[in-house]
Order: sequence, then structure tokens, then C-alpha cells
Amino acid sequence: MSAVAIEAPIEAIAIGASAGAVQALLRILPALPADFPIPVLIVVHVPPDRGNALVALFAAKCRVAVREAEDKEPILPGTVYFAPSDYHLLVEADRTLSLSMDEPVNHSRPAIDVLLESAADAYGPALAGVILTGANHDGAAGLKAICAAGGTAIVQDFADAQVATMPEAALAACPSARMMTLDDLIPYLLTLAAT
Amino acid sequence: MDAALVSEHVEDIEIQLLLEALYQRYHYDFRHYARASIKRRLLQARSQLGFTSFSAMQDHLLHDPATLPRLLNYLTVQVSEMFRDPSYFRALREKVIPHLRTYPSLKVWVAGCSHGEELYSLSILFREEGLDQRTLFYATDINPDALRAAEAGVYPLDQIRKFTENHQKSGARSSLSDYYTADYGRAVFDKSLRSQVVFSDHSLVTDAVFAEMHLISCRNVLIYFDRALQDRALGLFRDSLARKGFLGLGSKESLRFSAHASAFADFVREEKIYQRQDA
Repeated sequence: MSAVAIEAPIEAIAIGASAGAVQALLRILPALPADFPIPVLIVVHVPPDRGNALVALFAAKCRVAVREAEDKEPILPGTVYFAPSDYHLLVEADRTLSLSMDEPVNHSRPAIDVLLESAADAYGPALAGVILTGANHDGAAGLKAICAAGGTAIVQDFADAQVATMPEAALAACPSARMMTLDDLIPYLLTLAAT
Repeated sequence: MDAALVSEHVEDIEIQLLLEALYQRYHYDFRHYARASIKRRLLQARSQLGFTSFSAMQDHLLHDPATLPRLLNYLTVQVSEMFRDPSYFRALREKVIPHLRTYPSLKVWVAGCSHGEELYSLSILFREEGLDQRTLFYATDINPDALRAAEAGVYPLDQIRKFTENHQKSGARSSLSDYYTADYGRAVFDKSLRSQVVFSDHSLVTDAVFAEMHLISCRNVLIYFDRALQDRALGLFRDSLARKGFLGLGSKESLRFSAHASAFADFVREEKIYQRQDA
């Protein structure tokens, strides 16, 4: 990790995860302090027929607020938002959230690309995007959009990921992305909050 | 600012101008749709229709009316399912229908009917509950192609398994196969299901109150609108409902943030079914 480049303060963190998501997020999210100031937007691939149990699971284990994203709600600092199952989650230019029932992208709804591309538009260089473990290519185009908008792109270290396909695809699409293990990522997220 | 960021900004200006052109030339108003998903759809349209920029697309749109329906199909068409969210239809069946039974005649509005999946679901449900003969359905959409598809009532046969499963979970009193015939990979729904349906072009954005409705079902339409437009549509629903009429929204839509919230009471909260309150 190089600290030489001068970077814009990060105003939002967007995370995409698929196979192995719960174990990875169980390491990351409970490590965030109650006063963590940056909103965290998360898409996890879950089957559409299953209600989103992630919110209850993480709310019980986290010090930050954990919610299911609601349509047209303003994004609050220090809050983790999960995309509801069977809806895409998007960020509007005024930094509110919106949901859509548009067709699946990469066979997924919610799709990581949809969140990351819209968040890149809304936040530009003030966004950090993270692609964690997963067995598909969703999130690669989104991470590329984050790079193009001047944001910070991170992929989980391949050896550290339960399934490396997704971070591999994301790094291929966005070669300037930094690769981090979860052990690196957690303190890094905390330093983002300090800048 | 680097070049990528500048071009990004130019694209947003072009989108704004394109939507303005669409409105001024053809009176289709997407200016207050939630912009992030409109942008995704426009990017898809631009690439699939073979335009190099939104400005080029705008030029074609203004000068060649044949561009309009092609673009509209990207901006409006929704994929849906019959009896999507079966628990919603079960709640209508168990909680709303008993109230509707007390009226000698009924009007039901499916607002933003798209290809008609929800309309046929309601038509089947009302038949199963013995209310079909006294009910007039209004199915509206802004997209003429979608309205034609809704009127045809033909769906790919490979969707029928899902439709049937949803129908059963909604508390079905009949079999979905009673209502369609299979024909070359398509399921053609019985035309008697639309004998009491008025199909009509209507915009929640620009048009006025529709008629005095007992039930309005408008699911997963409002999420595409910005706050101001959501409020306009909800005001329209309030004014289009009979006293104690019902409004059903999508599972992630609510009146919570709306200026019109006080005109409605929760009726089946978890299914987003509301009841019109007296003024």
C-alpha cells in the first residue's frame, strides 16, 4: 500500500460479494466502530425467493447501523445498507438510494455492477469500491467505472478469497485496483475514515 | 479535471437534453424519473440501437418518429410475472376481497400494466372469487407496444411453471391451466379474461384523475420516479379512489415519505396495501 498519492476524501464505500460473502463480511463489518462516518453500500447475491436475512444477521453483530436499503432514502453516514433481494440498488446524483426491478444484470438482481456504476457516477473520486469473494464476473464492469471516475478500487487478494473468480475478473477489468487481504482491508477502511 | 470525468459530465447534459426533446416533441415525460436507472437504460439503448452518442440519438429522435417506439421500449418495458409476490395476491384475496364483495359494481385500475401479467392475475383472482361479472378493469400504460402485448395476453411457455407456482401460493381456487392454451411455445390466455377490461394510454406523469376506483394496483412503478413525481402519482391515486378504496404498491414502495401519507391508512402493512381515508 502506497500512501504517496494525494487522494480525495472517501465519502462512500461500495462492496460487492457473492459466494463466501457472509464469512468475509462477518470479518469486515463488525470491525467498524459505532462512529464510523462513511456510509457502506453492499450488494450480496442472494436467491430472489429468499427474504434478505443478511440485515438481521449483521445488525446483531455490528456496532454501526445496518439496514436494508429503501427507495429514495438519503444515504446517512455510519450506516451499512444492503440491497434488498430481487431489487437492484442504485445511487442517485443527489446521493439518495433508489431501487429498480430492471432485468437481472450478469444473471443477478441485485447486481454489483448496477450499484458500482451508479455510485461511481454519483461520487466520482470520493468512492471506494471493493470486490470480495465470488464465483462469477459481476462487479468487474462496476469496478472499472469506479477507476474511470477517479475513485479507489480494491479487490480481495485471490489467495485470501474463498472463491477468487470475482476479484480476478475485477482486477482484469481494472488493473490499477489494489489487492488486499481482509486483514489489510479492515485497517485500510478505518484509515479512510480518519482522512 | 481529467478527460474521463469531463466526458462523463457531458453525457449527463446530453441525457437531460434528450429527455427534454422526448417531452417537447412527443409529450413523453421521463424528466422526473429516477435518473440512475434511466441512464442505464439509455446507455443500453444507445449501444443496441447503434448510436455513438446521446446527441446523435436525440437528432434521430427529433427528425424520425420511427425512433420513438424503439426508444420507448428501452425506457418503459418491465419484465414481470403473473401473481408476482404471491403473498400480495393472497392478502388481496383474504383481506380486501371480503370488503369488495359488499359493492354491487367494482372498478379496478392496474396502473402501469406493462405486458399485462398483473392484470391477468387480478382477472383470474376476481373470477375465482366470483366478482368478475361485476368488475370493470382499467389497464393503463404509456407504451403503446406494451398495451398491445397486454391486450394479446400471450406469454412464453417457459414462464408458465413460475406463473403456476405463484398462482398456487396465492391461494388459488382453480388451476392456471384452465385459463390458457399452449400454442407453439406460447401460452395464449383466454380472451374472456379481458372481456371486462378497458386498455388505455394513460400517464401518471402528465394525465389527470382516471375514474372512481375501488382498487388501484400499481406495483414497482413508483420506484422509477423521483420523490416529486411519486407524490404526483400518489395524489392522483388518492383522487381516483372511491371512499375506503384500496391501493396496492410494490413490496419496497411505501407512503412513508409522501406528502399524501395522511390520506391513506395501512390496511395490510406487510403487503403495502393501503386504504383511502376520509378527507
